[in-house]
Amino acid sequence: MPKVAIRFTLNGSEAAEFVESGTTLLGALRDKLGETSVKGGCLQGTCGACSVIIDGALKLSCLTLAESCQDARIETVAALARGGLLHPLQRAFVETFATQCGFCTSGMLMAAKALLDHNATPSREDVIEAISGNICRCTGYEPIIQAILAASRAATSTAA
Amino acid sequence: MSLTLATFEGVHKAALALCTARGAHYIGGGTLLVRRANEGDLSIETFVRVTDPGLAAITLGPGRITLGASVPMAAIAARSELGALARAAKTIGGPAVRNMASVGGNLFAPSPYGDLGVALLALDAGVSIESGAGREEIPLETFYTRRQRLPSGSIVTAVSFARAALANLRFAKVSRVKPKGSAVLTIAAVLAEQDGVVSSASIALGCMAEAPMRARAAEAALLGRKLTREGIAPALAAATADTAPPTDAIASAWYRRQVLPVHLGRLLVG
Ligand SMILES: Cc1cc2nc3c(=O)[nH]c(=O)nc-3n(C[C@H](O)[C@H](O)[C@H](O)COP(=O)(O)OP(=O)(O)OC[C@H]3O[C@@H](n4cnc5c(N)ncnc54)[C@H](O)[C@@H]3O)c2cc1C
Ligand code: FES
Ligand code: FES
Repeated sequence: MPKVAIRFTLNGSEAAEFVESGTTLLGALRDKLGETSVKGGCLQGTCGACSVIIDGALKLSCLTLAESCQDARIETVAALARGGLLHPLQRAFVETFATQCGFCTSGMLMAAKALLDHNATPSREDVIEAISGNICRCTGYEPIIQAILAASRAATSTAA
Repeated sequence: MSLTLATFEGVHKAALALCTARGAHYIGGGTLLVRRANEGDLSIETFVRVTDPGLAAITLGPGRITLGASVPMAAIAARSELGALARAAKTIGGPAVRNMASVGGNLFAPSPYGDLGVALLALDAGVSIESGAGREEIPLETFYTRRQRLPSGSIVTAVSFARAALANLRFAKVSRVKPKGSAVLTIAAVLAEQDGVVSSASIALGCMAEAPMRARAAEAALLGRKLTREGIAPALAAATADTAPPTDAIASAWYRRQVLPVHLGRLLVG
């Protein structure tokens, strides 16, 4: 199979690898770059576990071809914690019991981050809409909704 | 057997590659095509991609509005000037799918998908297609009768429609799961009234046949009628004419036929 070089910024650092042409971003991240914080679930676009942020937009890494991400800025859940401190969203997920088995969590967190990056004070409806492409089989969603609302309140009260 | 991505800056060379490369398929956002590859569809050997930024442009001209084939649903949903079309784009998938799913791909999406195409069909949109044989613009309704057997190397480059029609667009997607669910059926209508009665009507249906279709009998039955419960009754009675809805995991053909008049009635008179 032909190999192609891909280069992009992954969580703020330069990343470069040879991948087989036609490889999905999910495959390149997990199998080539060791970025296993990104989860593969359905590989059909329906579960959202593989969600990452590419150039500021939430996308599904299982349906994105790695070669189409040349020179892109890619963020995964691994970029959220800084200097050993959890991101406010991660803290809120822990505190509200919004993560149980954890399989959906990295995708949920990226969907939540994409929301808060564009809308710091979302309504409950905005939150439901933002995570509508992500499936969670454990929590029943309500703790996740509460966690995202709590993180947005915490961020706005710190900013005030 | 291998899978490769061939990237081109322009449509012309990509059209040639579609004709010559083995198992070549044009890739838009990839939400349907990469899914097929992930599911093991071995007919896909080459993804053909075009990076021309012109394909991702939304052009709001004085008379006509043009959407490039690579425009994602999220970009349409974000444009409030696009009114009901923006609301239609917002019903498609979740946020990540909307950031990827393209206008061009939506025209090829099989039922229960293709919701944006239903709105575009009611708008009487034209589809610009480029192939090795040249360029042409055909009505979207014609496109839907041919989409399975377009000449090889055909690439949809844009869709366009009259700005005046957009102001009168109504759209409803009926789904069981909110806020993100596949369609039981989708209805779009563009109506004009004169002297209190309907003077022109264009009604498009999704999930009521193999591809989005115009409800010609219902359109004819609306002409000269008032938009009241009584006035629209003949149109509702004609709504299922010529339909052949699928039975799938979302709904049976019988159910779709039963509920179409109910939802069409709500769309027409609230
Ligand atoms: C989880 C999920 C939810 C979804 N929900 C919805 C929904 O609610 N409503 C809905 O309508 N759809 C939905 N879809 C289906 C799909 O995302 C959209 O229909 C989308 O618009 C398809 O566009 P794409 O760019 O991703 O197509 P691709 O996957 O890139 O292509 C699809 C097909 O169209 C052809 N094609 C694409 N662009 C062109 C072009 N410019 N010229 C020629 N051929 C082309 C490809 O060769 C391929 O055969 C959903 C998909 C997923 C995975
Ligand atoms: S693994 Fe990508 S959406 Fe499920
Ligand atoms: S925590 Fe288990 S799937 Fe969401």
